[in-house]
Amino acid sequence: MDKALMLGNEAVARGLYEAGVTVVSSYPGTPSTEITEYVTKYNEIYSEWAPNEKVAFEVAFGAATGGARSFCAMKHVGLNVAADPLYTASYIGVNGGMVCAVADDPGMHSSQNEQDSRHHAIASKTPMLEPSDSAECSRFTSLAYELSERFNTPMLLRLSTRVSHARSLVPLSDRNEVGVKEYKKDVMKNVMMPAMARGAHVKVEQRLLDMAKFADTEAVEMGINTVEYNDTKIGIIAAGSSFVYAHEAMGENASYLKLGMVNPLPVELIKEFASKVDEVIVIEELDDIIETHCIKLGIKVKGKELFSKLGEFSQATISAVLKNDEVSCETFDEEIPPRPPVLCAGCPHRGLYYALKGMGLYVSGDIGCYTLGAQAPLSMMDACVCMGASISGLHGFNVARGEEQAKKSIAVIGDSTFIHSGITGLIDIAYNKGFSTVIVLDNSITGMTGHQNNPANGLTIKGDPTVAVNLEALARAVGFNNVVVVDPFDIEGTKAAVKAELEKKEPSLIISRRPCALLKTVKHSAPVKVDADKCIGCKACLNVGCPALSQTKRENGKYLAVIDNTQCVGCGVCASACKFGAIEKGGKD
Amino acid sequence: MATKNILIVGVGGQGTLLASKLMGNCFLKEGYDVKVSEVHGMSQRGGSVVTYVRYGEKVYSPVIEKGEADIIISFEQLESARWLPYLKKGGVLISSTQKIDPMPVIMGKATYPEDILAKLAEKDIKLVALDALSLAIQAGTPKCANIVLLGAAVQFLGIDKEMWVDIIRSTVPPKTIDINLKAFELGYNAN
Repeated sequence: MDKALMLGNEAVARGLYEAGVTVVSSYPGTPSTEITEYVTKYNEIYSEWAPNEKVAFEVAFGAATGGARSFCAMKHVGLNVAADPLYTASYIGVNGGMVCAVADDPGMHSSQNEQDSRHHAIASKTPMLEPSDSAECSRFTSLAYELSERFNTPMLLRLSTRVSHARSLVPLSDRNEVGVKEYKKDVMKNVMMPAMARGAHVKVEQRLLDMAKFADTEAVEMGINTVEYNDTKIGIIAAGSSFVYAHEAMGENASYLKLGMVNPLPVELIKEFASKVDEVIVIEELDDIIETHCIKLGIKVKGKELFSKLGEFSQATISAVLKNDEVSCETFDEEIPPRPPVLCAGCPHRGLYYALKGMGLYVSGDIGCYTLGAQAPLSMMDACVCMGASISGLHGFNVARGEEQAKKSIAVIGDSTFIHSGITGLIDIAYNKGFSTVIVLDNSITGMTGHQNNPANGLTIKGDPTVAVNLEALARAVGFNNVVVVDPFDIEGTKAAVKAELEKKEPSLIISRRPCALLKTVKHSAPVKVDADKCIGCKACLNVGCPALSQTKRENGKYLAVIDNTQCVGCGVCASACKFGAIEKGGKD
Repeated sequence: MATKNILIVGVGGQGTLLASKLMGNCFLKEGYDVKVSEVHGMSQRGGSVVTYVRYGEKVYSPVIEKGEADIIISFEQLESARWLPYLKKGGVLISSTQKIDPMPVIMGKATYPEDILAKLAEKDIKLVALDALSLAIQAGTPKCANIVLLGAAVQFLGIDKEMWVDIIRSTVPPKTIDINLKAFELGYNAN
């Protein structure tokens, strides 16, 4: 059998291919994004970027109702957005199989919270599988379709950063061409009104019982839940990444019950395992879900009293607790400055933030690359909650604090985030006679997740031309009479436009438009040049917070601005910041 | 054999992911079990980034912890100092001499430590320092500093040089094969 070294996310895409999936709809979100990007390489599968996770889920569920095997992927917070269809889809069940992958981010490498998506599986009464490496990502994905169709339920596939973004070996199989099943109208099954839902709920509760029995029996035969007996002094129950850390740390010095299905959890299997070991330890990142289940079964376990609910684990986390291992290593004896992520050199967001700096504004922020502008030296954000909250949050802030505040407050939101959840906030402002000023940072791409096309940039997931949302026309259509477009590299023009819109006792939409500097289609200018005779060493240019711009000390003790020519793309925002004309913009390459 | 651990560290955007991909493919071809853990998303944007490469008979965890790395390949001096505790005592640190100021240093809120490489040379490790950026420019583009560093590392990886050449040929875009092979040679002969 052929094997390939694959990213966990790539292996999920492989599993979709092998299971005969034909419809995939997702919204990008780290660490789930690459699944859908890899899907585009399989011509047998229709794939798309949806405007948000709720739409993606509904597209996939509609496809499953229509008889196709279908899929959607999202990050943990994306499932909050898709929770509404999930909870009722669980009642309805499927025709063709459906799987929704949800990727958690313990340690928050790239997220605003650390929620545990297993809670959604329990609350929506949806079965959930959890792979621990790339081979399982592929195998569990394929298996999930069999279970989905057999138990008449959508399935959740739980991933985490270290499973999604680790490469390991994956056995490859051929595609199982299952085709699209027949569709028959079935109002009792597919239309959820109270009378139908009451009956459906009965079936859902029975399904959970059936699947718990499956978890105890067939799931073991199928290698979903596995038991490995070694030394029986310690018996470890774990799933996903926690299992691989535990095995790395303890090897044959412990026995293991590895749970590949984390909802519903087995009963007899756990009882039997517990009876064969001296002490049961549950190792799970984030919340105490397996531990709570064991306690309900009356099994004595140690879990969160040993291992935190916070952050990511590793083999060292487990060794430190269970083996008292001491680390032997060399250390650097001086303080090492941190290196936080920053807006890239030439990023259009930097120009906008620099233009707004010093205006004394309250900035209601949102989720994307531009959230990095919250950090010094730009420090241009007062709040950031979730996708779309910048606009609705600004409206609430301004209603609470009155008209004068509205003259000093703005929302900033990226193009993709605006399409995802910003439009409804905009409607709220117009409909309720608000007076807020909203800035859409339109860089023609979904940036932070690694450059995905979106409904505002006129390109499909495969890069083919399509219709683009006209942001100006959209704003006017929902009742914004003031719509202006600015170039964020034109610092003075941007400042003047923002001031003018803030003065109006009406809502305004400002579109700050310039494509992401990392896009291959963007032509860059030559690096800027510093005139050492004109530079007085005032350091004002450093306030733009550009990684291509630093300082050096001259022989006379004065500072001199220095440009890193390998990074500088000649955007000239720093030149706008220099009152002495010491930074000159170069010509086009 | 015991699992071998390699850490690749640098600054987001320096091309650490290609180096780890090449290594993963090479160890796979040699018949090992392999795990490579990467960083995507927010921390990529000019932040401190790390990739873990592990290979052996059976590899469980995808990550490497303090005191576990046999080799660290570092694209930047400050990152060499930052990740030093992850190296085993007596392990090999291959460090580019390149320096990139992080934002707190640019802003004057923190100081970039002086003489990092001299201080690292005094530790109980084997330090190989090379000017990977200049060698990459010599090869044709500053973008192939990652391959220069890989070239400098292969003598410690226990796999034939020819094998690496084959893997580079079959992994990098066809147009860049010559430049990358030149970069590899320059790195290989640098120490």
